[in-house]
Amino acid sequence: MADETEKEKPEGGEEALDRRQFFVRVGVGSLAVAGLGTAVFAYQFLSPNVLYEPSPIVNVGSPESYPPNSVTLDPQAAIYIVREAPGFYALTAICTHLGCLTAWKPELGIIACPCHGSKFNRDGAVIAGPAPRPLPWFRMWLSDDGDLMVDRSSPIAARQFVRI
Amino acid sequence: MARSLTTYLDDLRDSRVWRSIFRSGPGQSNLHRALVVQSNVFLHLFSVKARKRVLDFSVTWYLGALTFGAFLILVITGVLLMLYYHPSVPLAYSDMKDLEFVVSSGVFLRNLHRWSAHAMVLLVFAHLAKVFYRGAYRPPREFNWVIGVVLLLLTLFLSYTGYLLPWDQLAFWAVTVGSNIASAVPLLGHHIRFLMLGGNLVNANALLRFYVLHCMILPLAAILFIAIHFWRIRKDGGLYAGAPTTTAEKEAER
Repeated sequence: MADETEKEKPEGGEEALDRRQFFVRVGVGSLAVAGLGTAVFAYQFLSPNVLYEPSPIVNVGSPESYPPNSVTLDPQAAIYIVREAPGFYALTAICTHLGCLTAWKPELGIIACPCHGSKFNRDGAVIAGPAPRPLPWFRMWLSDDGDLMVDRSSPIAARQFVRI
Repeated sequence: MARSLTTYLDDLRDSRVWRSIFRSGPGQSNLHRALVVQSNVFLHLFSVKARKRVLDFSVTWYLGALTFGAFLILVITGVLLMLYYHPSVPLAYSDMKDLEFVVSSGVFLRNLHRWSAHAMVLLVFAHLAKVFYRGAYRPPREFNWVIGVVLLLLTLFLSYTGYLLPWDQLAFWAVTVGSNIASAVPLLGHHIRFLMLGGNLVNANALLRFYVLHCMILPLAAILFIAIHFWRIRKDGGLYAGAPTTTAEKEAER
């Protein structure tokens, strides 16, 4: 055993490898390649390529259905449709803290999260609580039929109103 | 009656079939008792002998054994619950309601599963604290401590994945919050959440993934690590006893 350990000490170039060391390297190398392949395979297999999730683009109805100066929660789409003097905007109803569905509190004029107590203004700005970011605004436009459309996958900078 | 019963049992132990299964044969000697443990696939994980002192309640409070007991109850009740539960969005909640209101003894099994799960989490924590405060994690038992921490994590993951399965509001929001906590991991967070849920939302894929984790992957991992945990107790010199304190104990262990 003693002289074997001495042999395993690196002696410089690849020529110094004896047959045992060579096969150990081949074996370890093959296992590493196979392990890497397995990891890539597993990652790809576990990531679904097709998702049967609702479309991020939702039709939220005609602008007339929203009274002036109102905040309306669409709980299915998890968005607020806000109508103010300058126009319409949509912002997420999903709390930026840990993803709970927030609620509009008309008596206080704020958006509040029931899970951990974050509070937001109607424009999405954080007033209180653990939420790290304001509620993002989503891209909104008028469809050809005159309905308001919201793309929940496209956050935009705040204060871009849809004027009707 | 008692006499005839023991004779009957002795005859049974001496029968050819019994002896073909349990090779240690009849006998009361220490050698025989050691053979019983050594030649049994389950018992051979354990030591053939233990200090009498470490079997006192005060030493371990039997917390490890109680945890294992809770785990056994969970496996048995869990397998039975699987016979009525479909891990699909339209059926999961109504199956859980059926177990509560329609299936004979369903409410008993479901509550037994639920309370045992709570008990197992508590017992694992208590076991960990007891081992820690007695110093039983110190060498040569440090590797078994690590196995124990793995088992704590497996218990918590089992508890968490099982929490989604009733598919009620509590389950849905707890998993929404939990998966968002996972996405706070630097760089890889959103990938971890995506793989965990099998999508971007807590939905059908998430329910199925949690079901497979809860009923197959995590229990198998737990059984494997429990086996190593028990075996390591023997390999590390038995349950940690500490030094004998009373003269009687010192005398007994001389």
